[in-house]
Amino acid sequence: MDRVILGDNQFFAVNHLSDERSRAQAIRFKEDQAILDVLDNARACGINTFMCTTHDRIANITAYMRKRPEEYKDFKFHPCMPYAHKYANAVTELGILGTLKAYIPGNIFAVTGKAGIAYMRNDYLSLMELLVDAEMKMFQGMQTPVIFLQNVIVDLLYGLGMDEVFVHFAEYIKKKYHAEPGFITMNMPRLVDMCERLGIENPIICSSINKIGFRMSGSIAEYEDYLNSDRKFRPMAMQCLAAGALKPEEAMEYVTRFPKIEAVLFGASSKAHIQQTKDLILRGFAR
Amino acid sequence: MIKAAIIGLGKMGMSHAAILGGLPEVEMAAMCDTDSLLQNAFKKFTRIQCFTDYKKMIEEVKPDCVYVVTPTKLHYEMVMFAMEHGCHVFCEKPLALTVEEGESLVAKAREKGLVNQVGYHNRYIGTFNEMKRLLAEGVIGRPFHFMGEAYGPVVLKTKGGTWRSDKKNGGGCLEDYAAHVLNLINYVMESDIVDCAGVHMPSIFSGEVEDAVYGSLYMANGLKGQISVNWSDDTVRKMTTSLKIEGAAGKLEADATTLKIYVKEDRPEFGLEKGWNFKYITELTPLVDFNLRGEEYTAESAAFINGILTGRVDTRNSFEKSLQTDRIIQKMKEASL
Repeated sequence: MDRVILGDNQFFAVNHLSDERSRAQAIRFKEDQAILDVLDNARACGINTFMCTTHDRIANITAYMRKRPEEYKDFKFHPCMPYAHKYANAVTELGILGTLKAYIPGNIFAVTGKAGIAYMRNDYLSLMELLVDAEMKMFQGMQTPVIFLQNVIVDLLYGLGMDEVFVHFAEYIKKKYHAEPGFITMNMPRLVDMCERLGIENPIICSSINKIGFRMSGSIAEYEDYLNSDRKFRPMAMQCLAAGALKPEEAMEYVTRFPKIEAVLFGASSKAHIQQTKDLILRGFAR
Repeated sequence: MIKAAIIGLGKMGMSHAAILGGLPEVEMAAMCDTDSLLQNAFKKFTRIQCFTDYKKMIEEVKPDCVYVVTPTKLHYEMVMFAMEHGCHVFCEKPLALTVEEGESLVAKAREKGLVNQVGYHNRYIGTFNEMKRLLAEGVIGRPFHFMGEAYGPVVLKTKGGTWRSDKKNGGGCLEDYAAHVLNLINYVMESDIVDCAGVHMPSIFSGEVEDAVYGSLYMANGLKGQISVNWSDDTVRKMTTSLKIEGAAGKLEADATTLKIYVKEDRPEFGLEKGWNFKYITELTPLVDFNLRGEEYTAESAAFINGILTGRVDTRNSFEKSLQTDRIIQKMKEASL
């Protein structure tokens, strides 16, 4: 994995600190070109991995890049699925069955075809595979070395004890997409324990890691124990700036205290901030 | 260990089930839903017992507590049945379809000495709690006006077809969305809304129910304010609830992430400077044991479970307090133009 990875919250009006800031960002990134400009700036700073949700607009971004293969040949994506609000709104409007009908390609009520057969047999794992394929469609032709499951689904499945779904997701990502599976979570220690228990080896786990303990469920101390341990997992740190509550210098000083952290995910939109943050991260780890 | 059972596995039901599954003192023992797709998924992938008949579930499983997470119309019979069988109950909001039903539930809970709670999760959000505290301590002086709002992209088409678009089931913006704001106002202002005026509840896309709620609200302590709620608003990504309070010495504005405090003079005893001060959710939220889509959801369940375990009950969302929201909902229905 690249050590420094650009996230997508700033493009899609996601700001966990301030609704007002997120509205301002929504206006700034109304046009796809605005997003592409930031990605090009990131590339100019030596950042070649973009971790993004499967928001519909990403399809426009990948379409643009698909037309310019030489220019973007080194650019990588870390897709994060599913885009929770798309499905949450669909479930509210259509119910669960209606949502499956709307988003699983093929006709789940037809007796032929993967979708119909899976639905009839209550083969949820095949239905999951179909949903994963639907989410991945926009990344065809792109490099996707790691594919993540979003935290709402990860933590929901964890809480419900649906172990088999995790194992199957991990295997499917490896088998079908020749990629590493990743898990985003608000509960890192629990996920590490679970992966160990289920035999998901050396998993990539992306979670909030920051100086003020924002969204580090359980306690900062517990997170630090895991990060300082020999446990076999590959941590990625996100929300290092605690959604803007921390200044970059002190934020990255904290995160880079843990050599076990393989990658740092951050969001920024100006070239100066991107460069500054990247430098802070790399310099911190080099200490 | 507290044995828990859930009736209703929609979005909220699954969220509660997962959170309970993540709490170490709880055994997530059984669920009840009529949807066969979910039933089969749960049977296949979890150790949770599955039922389609809630009475059978309660009688066989004998849970310590039951979560009622079904359309509002079904709350009364399910909560009553659970309590009659000695179960503590967590009921999603609003408590019941009518005030009369709510009053019976309050009485039964008191009679049986059971822990009872309603899912008004905003009362567990750090920014709103800090706003409540600062208001009570007089930071903005005597309040003279408030404005409670909530906007979200729930109903954006004329389609309908779920319980939320059905008046008989408790659908509509007032019961589903505005209830949160009314309840939050009662909490933060430390009084109850007792009357309303100029209530206007238009349908925008829905056929049968209202999609927005606008009006003036009068509180028992004499304070007056406004409400503006619209669930057909696609300018926001998700439900955005906020409260503004104006006082003689300043202003308080809060949403789920940010608390803005305006004071006309330096207030060093509160750590506030003259002008605007900002406090963010990052510094106002205590950590929880297990976080699924928001600390406040875990915090409300942790409080409920803790009340059962220790007898130290957090009554901020009791049936009795929640009933006050049902009372003003009923008044607004009667008053609507």
